[in-house]
Amino acid sequence: MAHPSDRVYSKEHEWVVVDGDVATIGISSFAQDQLGEVVYVDLPSVGDELTVGDSFGEIESVKSVSELFAPVSGEITEVNSALDDSPETVNADPHEAGWMVKVALSAAGELDALMSAEDYDAFITEG
Amino acid sequence: MRYIPVTCEQREAMLRAVGVSTVDELFSVIPEAVRLEGELALPDGLTEIELESHMRSLASRNRPAGALVSFLGAGTYDHYIPSVVDHVVSKPEFFTAYTPYQPEVSQGTLQAIYEYQSMVCALTGMDVANASMYDGATALVEGALMAARVTKRQRVICSPTVHPEWQNTLVTYAEAGRIEVGQFASVDMADGTTLLHGDDATSGHTLADELASGDVAAVLIQTPNFFGSFEDLEEIARLTHEAGALLVVATNPILLGIMEPPSSYGADIVVGEGQPLGNAMSFGGPGLGFFACKDKHVRQMPGRVVGRTVDVDGNRAFVLTLSTREQHIRREKATSNICSNHALNALAATVYLSAVGREGLAGIARTCVAKAHYLRDALLASGKFSAPWESAFGYEFALAYDGDVMDMHEAMLERGFLAGVSVADVEAEWPTGIDSDLAEHLVLFAVTEKRTKREMDAFVKEVASL
Amino acid sequence: MTEQLAHSPGTAPSRGPRSLIFELGAPESRCVEAPPLDVPMGSLDEMLGGRTRRAALTLPNVTELEIMRHYSHLASMNFGVDSGMYPLGSCTMKYNPRINEDACRLEGFAGLHPYQPEDTTQGALELMVGLSDALAEITGLPGVSLQPAAGAHGELAALMVFRAALTARGDARKKVIIPDTAHGTNPASVTMCGWDAITIPSNERGEVDLDALKAVLDTDVAAFMLTNPNTVGLFDENILQITEAVHAVGAFAYCDGANLNAILGKTRPGDMGFDAMHINLHKTFATPHGGGGPGSGPICVTDELAPFLPGPIAVEFEDGGYGLGWPEQSLGRVRAGYGNFGVLVRAYAYVRALGGFGLREVAEQAVLSANYLKVKLEATFEVPYGRTCMHEFVMSGARQKREYGVRTLDMAKRLLDYGFHPPTIYFPMLVEEGMMIEPTETEPLEALDSFVKVMLTIAEEAADNPELVKGAPYSTPVRRLDEAGAARNPDLRYRPTPE
Repeated sequence: MAHPSDRVYSKEHEWVVVDGDVATIGISSFAQDQLGEVVYVDLPSVGDELTVGDSFGEIESVKSVSELFAPVSGEITEVNSALDDSPETVNADPHEAGWMVKVALSAAGELDALMSAEDYDAFITEG
Repeated sequence: MRYIPVTCEQREAMLRAVGVSTVDELFSVIPEAVRLEGELALPDGLTEIELESHMRSLASRNRPAGALVSFLGAGTYDHYIPSVVDHVVSKPEFFTAYTPYQPEVSQGTLQAIYEYQSMVCALTGMDVANASMYDGATALVEGALMAARVTKRQRVICSPTVHPEWQNTLVTYAEAGRIEVGQFASVDMADGTTLLHGDDATSGHTLADELASGDVAAVLIQTPNFFGSFEDLEEIARLTHEAGALLVVATNPILLGIMEPPSSYGADIVVGEGQPLGNAMSFGGPGLGFFACKDKHVRQMPGRVVGRTVDVDGNRAFVLTLSTREQHIRREKATSNICSNHALNALAATVYLSAVGREGLAGIARTCVAKAHYLRDALLASGKFSAPWESAFGYEFALAYDGDVMDMHEAMLERGFLAGVSVADVEAEWPTGIDSDLAEHLVLFAVTEKRTKREMDAFVKEVASL
Repeated sequence: MTEQLAHSPGTAPSRGPRSLIFELGAPESRCVEAPPLDVPMGSLDEMLGGRTRRAALTLPNVTELEIMRHYSHLASMNFGVDSGMYPLGSCTMKYNPRINEDACRLEGFAGLHPYQPEDTTQGALELMVGLSDALAEITGLPGVSLQPAAGAHGELAALMVFRAALTARGDARKKVIIPDTAHGTNPASVTMCGWDAITIPSNERGEVDLDALKAVLDTDVAAFMLTNPNTVGLFDENILQITEAVHAVGAFAYCDGANLNAILGKTRPGDMGFDAMHINLHKTFATPHGGGGPGSGPICVTDELAPFLPGPIAVEFEDGGYGLGWPEQSLGRVRAGYGNFGVLVRAYAYVRALGGFGLREVAEQAVLSANYLKVKLEATFEVPYGRTCMHEFVMSGARQKREYGVRTLDMAKRLLDYGFHPPTIYFPMLVEEGMMIEPTETEPLEALDSFVKVMLTIAEEAADNPELVKGAPYSTPVRRLDEAGAARNPDLRYRPTPE
C-alpha cells in the first residue's frame, strides 16, 4: 500500500499537498485504516489559525477519538464541509475527496520537516 | 447463608487442577504485614429465615409516609405507582443484566432506553435525551458543566429558588472543579420567584444584574421552584440569551403532562427529578435524573445514549452510540465521569408513562393541581395559615403557619398526618433566599392524586383545632 | 453443548425488536387513569397562570395486556445473570439474591420520604449505620459516607475530600497520578475535580512501575489512584512501597474498589496504606446492575479525612438512637438525599446474610475459580501474566488474530451463540486483543467447565472455520449491528410520522 508520491507526510499521519501557497491537508490511508470506520470529523472554521504541531481538530470512529495535528502553519481558507454529512469519505478516499482543510501557508519552510511518501511508508512499517 | 454452588469436594478438585493444596496459597502475593489473620469483626451470617425476620423488624421500626396521610414534597413525591411497573422492573432479564455493551443480547434494555429517551423528549419538548443520570441535583450540575463547555465560559448563575439541596450540590461541584457559581439572584417576595429586575431600592442582586458581567455560561432555574411557584420562563430566557448564556431549566415531569414544556420558552437544557414517574420514594434514593437538550449540542451532552440502527440482516436494532463523548473512550476529556447510571429507574419511568399514557398523565396532573388548590384554600380559610405571596402553582405551595411549626408537626404526626415540610429545617442546611422570620413559619405542602377530599378535610379540621 | 450450536447463517428466525411501545395501542386505549375528582375543579389555565400545554405530547396509549406483552418481549431479548454465566472482568456479575429484592420493597423502606421526622425512620437510619460500620470493618477505613450514587461518583467525592483536606492545610496541589491501566472514570473524575491526570506506564509484570511512579511524585501531586488488585487481575506486590512513596510527598493514596471481591476478609485497603477508597455495591455486594444502574459508590476514608466527608451521614447517638449528621468540615453535598437507599438495603441484607466468614469465602472462591479457568485456558490462549491471578485474569486473542485473522471481538460474539455473555474485551488497552475474565464465586463448577469447553471449541473454530467465527453471532435476537451508521446519523428518539 504505497502512499501517493505527490505529497508529504507528518509523523502524526497527516498529508500535505501544495499548490502555489495553498496547502491541502488530510489524513493518510494508513491512518484511516487504523481508525476504522470514521463517524465524525471535528474541524476548525475558515479564518482560524493553524500552528504547526498543535491540535486543530478531532476525528472519531465508533470506539476511538484521535486528534488532528497541524503539519504546517497558516490561516484556514477552506474547510471540507462534505465531511459533515459523509464522514465515511475519509475511509473511502482519504487522499482526494477526504481532504479536510486548505491553508494559506505562512511558513513554507515547514514542509522540509515532513516526510516523502517513501520515507513515510518506511516509517509506518517500522512503527 | 451462602450463594456459592461449588461443593467442598469440587473445591478440592479445583485446587488440585490449579496446582495448590490450600486456597491461602493463592493469596501468598499479599504482603504478610497486611494479611488478615482472624475473621472480619462482623455479626455472624444469617439464614434466609433469620434474615427475612431481621429486615422486617428494621422496616417496622419506620413509619413510612406511604402509610400515613402525607403532604410531604420538596423534591420527592408520593404518587401512585401502577402495578405493572414493579412487575416489569422485577423481570430478572432486566434487573440482573449489565450495561448493554453487547447489543446482540441486550435489545431489551436498549429498546427500553430508546423508548425512555423518546418519552423524555416528548415531555420536555427537547430534541434529545440521555439514558439517565443519578438524580435531579446532579443532572442540574451536569447541565451547568455542559453549558460551560458549549459557551466556553466558567460562570453560572443559580436562582435561590432552586431546591436548596441542589444548590448545595452545585456549589460543592463548583468548589472542586471547572465552574464558578455566581452570586445568587434574590427572591421576589411578591410571588416567591426569582427576582428578575429591581428598582432603585433593591441592593442589586437581580438576575438582570448578575447577567450584566457578560461572562455567564448558564442560568439555572427550577420551575415550579422549591416553593412551588412558577417562574417567568419567557422573561428569564430573554435575559439569559441576550447575555449569551444558556438556559438550564429543572422541572417537574408530572406537570409536563398539562403544562407547556420549557422548550417552548427557549430552554437550552432541561433536567429534573424523575422519581414521581413510577419510582418509590425510598428515603430519597435511588431517584432518577432526566436530562434533555438540543440536537446541535448533543456531542457535549453527558451520559449514555441509545440510537436506532440495523443489523447485518437489515433488522431494526438499538445500540449505545456517540460513545466518544464518554469516559471509557475520552477519559480525562470526557463530557462527564458518569459510568453507571439509573437505568432501572428509567425503565420504571418508561413503564409508568406507558401505563398512564398521555391521557392518564394529564388526568393525574389535573387531579393533583385541583386537590392542591382545594387544600390551600381550605387551610387559608381555617385562619391558621396565611399566604406569603400570590403566585400560580401546580400541586405544591408554601403557607405561613400562625404558631410553632415543630409543635404543629409533632401534634399532627400523632394524629397520622405528615403536615408538610418545614422550610426552616431546610434553611438549616442551606439558605432559601427568603427572610428568616418568614422561613421559621413557612411550610411546604404537596398534594398528589393519592390524597382524598376526606383526608384533606380531616387534616384541615385537626390542624385548625390545635 | 455443541448441540446448542447455532443455526447456520440466515436460517434463524428474527426474534429481534418488533414494535416500539408508541406503535402499539389506539388513542382510546387506557391502562391507569386518575380516579374521579372529589374536589371542585376551577379553570386549569387560570391555576397554571396561562401555561396550559398546547404542544403535542407523544406518549403511548396502550392497555395493560399490551404493556406486559411488550416488555415481556423486550425482556426475552435480554441476557442477565439469571440467563447464564457473565464473566465480565472488573464488573463482578455475581448472583443477585432475591431476598434482597424483597427487603428493599418492604413498605417500611420503600415508602419512606427523606424529610420525614427522624423518629419515624429509626430503622432506616440504623440500617445505614450498620452498613457503614460493616464497610469500615471490611475496608479498614473508618470514615464512611453512603452518599455517592455510583463508583465514579464515589471517586469524585473522594478526590473532593482530598482537595478539602489539602485546602485546610493550606497546600494547593494540581496533579493526580494514574496508571495506564486505569478505568476511564479515574481520569474523568480527576478532570471534574479541577486537577490534571498524569499517566504512568505499567511494568512488564503488569504492575505499577515503582521507578516511574517515584519519578513523577512531587509536592504538586495531590493523589495517586490505583485499583488493587489491578485491572489485569493482579495484586500489586509492591503495594506497601507504593503507598509509602505517595505519603512521602504528602499526597494521598486512593484505592479504586472495583476489584474488592478478590480480597474480602483476606486483607484491607486501609491496612495497605490507602487513605480513601470507593466501593461498588453493585459489584462486590451483589446489588443488581439493572441494565446500567442504579449502583451505589460509598466512600471510606481514614480518621484524618473523615471530617471532610460529604454529608449528611447516618450516625448513632450515645443513647442508642439514630440520626443524620454532618461531618465537622464536610465538603457539602454531592447529591440530594442520603444515598441510593434502595441499593443500600440490598447491600446491607447481603452483608448480614454472609457475615465475616461468608465474605472471606466469597474472595477465596472467586480467586480459585479465576485461577481454575486460567490454567484450563492458558494452553490455547496467550496469557500475558502467567502467574497466580486474583479474582480475574486477562488473556489475549493475539495468537488467533495472527494465525487465523480471527479477533477477540469475533470470538466474543461467537460466545453469544453458545449461551455465554462474553468477558470484558479490549480493556485495559495494555493487552493486545484482551479478554478479561471474572467468573465470580457464584458460578457452579459445571458452568466453569462448560465455559472452558466452549472457549476451546471457539479456538478450534477459529482455526478450522474462521469465517464462521467472524460472522457470529447467529442465534441471538439481532446479529452484528451497524454501529458506524448509528453514530454517523444518530436516531436517538421516536418521531411520530406526521398525519
